[in-house]
Amino acid sequence: MLNNFVTPDLYPAAPEIFLLAMACAILLIDAFLGAAQRWITAGLTLVTLVGCALITYQTMDGQVVLTFSNMFVDDLLADFLKLLLYLAVIVVIVYSRDYLAARNLDKGEYYLLVLFATLGMMVMISAASFLTVYLGLELLSLSLYALVAIDRDSPRATEAAMKYFVLGALASGLLLYGMSMVYGATGTLEIGGVAQALHLGVANKTVLVFGLVFIVSGIAFKLGAVPFHMWVPDVYHGAPTPITLLIASAPKLAAFAIAMRMLVYGLFELAEHWQSMLMILAMLSIAIGNLVAIAQTNIKRMLAYSAISHMGFLLLALMSGVVGPDKHFALNAYSSAMYYVVAYVLMSLGAFGTVLLMTRAGYEAEHLDDFKGLNQRSPWFAAVMMAVMFSMAGVPFFVGFFAKFSVLLAVVDAGYIWVAVFAVMFSLIGAFYYLRIVKFMYFDPPADAAPISAGLDMRFLLSVNGAAVALFGIFPDALVSLCTYALLRSL
Amino acid sequence: MSSSLLSLAIWVPILGAFVVFAAGNAQNLARWAALITAIAGFLVTIPLYTGFDVTQAGMQFVEQRPWIPRFNVEYFLGVDGISVLFILLNSFITILVVIAGWEVIKEKVAQYMGAFLIMSGLMNGIFCALDAVLFYVFFEASLIPMYIIIGVWGGPNRVYAAFKFFLYTLLGSLLMLIALIYLFLSSGGSFNLLEWHQLRVDMTPQILLFLAFLIAFAVKVPMWPVHTWLPDAHVEAPTGGSVVLAAIMLKLGAYGFLRFSLPIAPDASHYLAPLMITLSLIAVIYIGFVALVQLDMKKLIAYSSISHMGLVTLGFFIFNQLGVEGALVQMISHGFVSGAMFLCVGVMYDRMHSRQIADYGGVANTMPKFAGFFMLFAMANSGLPATSGFVGEFMVALGAIKYNFWIGFAAATTLVLGAAYTLWMYKRVIFGVVANKHVAELTDINGREFLFLAALAICVLAMGVYPFPFTDVMHASVDNLLKHVAVSKL
Repeated sequence: MLNNFVTPDLYPAAPEIFLLAMACAILLIDAFLGAAQRWITAGLTLVTLVGCALITYQTMDGQVVLTFSNMFVDDLLADFLKLLLYLAVIVVIVYSRDYLAARNLDKGEYYLLVLFATLGMMVMISAASFLTVYLGLELLSLSLYALVAIDRDSPRATEAAMKYFVLGALASGLLLYGMSMVYGATGTLEIGGVAQALHLGVANKTVLVFGLVFIVSGIAFKLGAVPFHMWVPDVYHGAPTPITLLIASAPKLAAFAIAMRMLVYGLFELAEHWQSMLMILAMLSIAIGNLVAIAQTNIKRMLAYSAISHMGFLLLALMSGVVGPDKHFALNAYSSAMYYVVAYVLMSLGAFGTVLLMTRAGYEAEHLDDFKGLNQRSPWFAAVMMAVMFSMAGVPFFVGFFAKFSVLLAVVDAGYIWVAVFAVMFSLIGAFYYLRIVKFMYFDPPADAAPISAGLDMRFLLSVNGAAVALFGIFPDALVSLCTYALLRSL
Repeated sequence: MSSSLLSLAIWVPILGAFVVFAAGNAQNLARWAALITAIAGFLVTIPLYTGFDVTQAGMQFVEQRPWIPRFNVEYFLGVDGISVLFILLNSFITILVVIAGWEVIKEKVAQYMGAFLIMSGLMNGIFCALDAVLFYVFFEASLIPMYIIIGVWGGPNRVYAAFKFFLYTLLGSLLMLIALIYLFLSSGGSFNLLEWHQLRVDMTPQILLFLAFLIAFAVKVPMWPVHTWLPDAHVEAPTGGSVVLAAIMLKLGAYGFLRFSLPIAPDASHYLAPLMITLSLIAVIYIGFVALVQLDMKKLIAYSSISHMGLVTLGFFIFNQLGVEGALVQMISHGFVSGAMFLCVGVMYDRMHSRQIADYGGVANTMPKFAGFFMLFAMANSGLPATSGFVGEFMVALGAIKYNFWIGFAAATTLVLGAAYTLWMYKRVIFGVVANKHVAELTDINGREFLFLAALAICVLAMGVYPFPFTDVMHASVDNLLKHVAVSKL
């Protein structure tokens, strides 16, 4: 047996290895640091992420490289998503510092868990085997369960963590069960191998479709699509806001990646089956997400339902990739899905960033009323939040409009014009609750005159975040073309 | 011919707005910066008129460069005889709005002025965009400043009005977005409006496209029965907001019919013309009667706007030169007249803080100069010859009689109804004995108010006496459009 062992090519996995090594080092270093020196841990975490970004950027060559016995893939799609992932996590850490410090939550565990969650997401993004998908997913999920409960004295957070854990474990079980059926039918767990087995038609279709149902359910749970969305509002609401910020941003990139890897790369031959499943999930998510968001009075819950409806749009784009053998449709659809998820992460960071900006020691600004009169307290950050809200509502000139536009283009292109009409009608309903935030900020007098007390780093980054939402709306081409190019080289 | 005049017309006000925002709490600085920007914005549009070749039917001052190559979206601007005047009108009205808000707006001056400047730039963009996505982007983005203007500086019920305005308009434009995407795909991947004009489309899709555009533009015009947002928006908006809404924003819908519905779906336009004519006549007659019974001056003028815009849509769908040109003249004229009417109500409101007709009476005794101006604009609103209001209404009525006597007859009732509601309101507000001590304490208009009312009075009279410079510009383009619409695309 030992003779067959081939040392795997570690080069494609260099960022993951670097991150893991640094995480272990930070774990050791942090043990010797007191609360006053926590900035060292935070700084090292940021350095690690920047280092990962440099490594990823340096090793980006546009080739599709498989390693670890075809279980790990490094392609342009993975590199691009990972770069965005580092960026999102860096933003999360900068936004979180003040909040955590004020609540005595600024502990080493936070940074380590964030790093391990990042590693999990990187593994998911680069997964070339169902097993790798599961491995990354579990690393991410376990880190997140712990992060949600990081404020262990808060009953609400603990309850949210329990709920997240129980439902998350169930979803992981579903996913694993689905994978085992795919393995049973095709005899392999490699995504490429499964695709080949399906192409040759040797696999048992019935078993595969059963497996597919479980896999789609698992993905839908991780994305938070209706009817697997029950955890989303509770976890978003219960978790400390920086953790909500993390859950609402970076993991969407990874979830998009595993949806692409498993459904498009692996089970493309079953597209007619998963396409209709995704369509139902998408339409339900868009409808229920937008309708229920109207009834919310807590901004975190409102953004949770808004996230559900946005994931509906993402699924809509994934769904419209498969009509006939023409690759042009696939490229349009998947690049619009990718663009949508990138735009969503950008907006989500901005929205939760503003929520974090308004909280201060001993005060959670999580009611819609807390946004009253923000324009008088800080015109600049009111403008940032307005940009994010209009962007989420899909109004130009903001990035959200072009994201919706490219998805609708793909949907109509695939011939589902009535689905597009359905989606825009619910966007109209959705516009109401985004407009309501703008109303609170601009039309109402402030309920609370305390000045905004965030640090300079956060103010700067949030300003850049807001400006990006507007600039990618005025000059959308760069981001759209990047997404298309990354997919073109990886499909 | 390459030039960047149109880009300047769009971006000078928008970039100027950010300078105004930067003024922050320095109110006077913000006012002057806004005025300078508005004047600069108007000055850059003047060469559009002086350099316009009236013999040419096609697009002029064209700018074309890629914007989003991935979707083949271009930054494609150009004006023809139909659109050029609206850019001038818009830039001109913006100056008046800045002056009208000079002392009246005391809170968040920089944001107020900046919002109007951004809106001015965006609306210029709508009138000269020749790429469908560019058009749509400007069309929808212009909702944001108006939403803020109504909501922040509006009346007591402003939140309701702002939401209604935004959601109503968004409803229409989202369906149009689907129509645009459909056309993109069926034209083989182009958002170029001029190419779409030549595109062959079957009857069923033509009708569906027409209906999608109809919902978008009918809400904006607004046509009966989707007009209900307008009285609310007008009543609650600050004076400047009402002026821009009536003078420019309503024209966007009508302009959309000429740029999208008619040339892209000519067969559906002919097929559905009876529907459009019916809706237009309902607006003219029924809304005219509704205006008659209003107790609030702004509401009355709002309904009068709907009624006048009914005449505009009627002019489009009788497919003759008189009708379409008359409708365009009516649009420009209505821009001046309705803007002036709202400014007049604003002048009174700033003094009395009431818009109820019943609270007034005998204003002529205390504000004689104002009464004179108001008289002129009221006459123009009711379509008196030698004012701009007459020219357009008369042309449309003539065109309609050519098309069908009874339709022309019904359209002509606007002259009677318009006179009835406007002059009756004028009589109750201005004439008679001084109604109460508030009216007795009124002071006549100051130099600033004189300035903007006089500017509009000159425009109204000039256009009424000598409309040739206006019709001359649009002649070739309208002729071309009608020829295009007469040819079936099936």
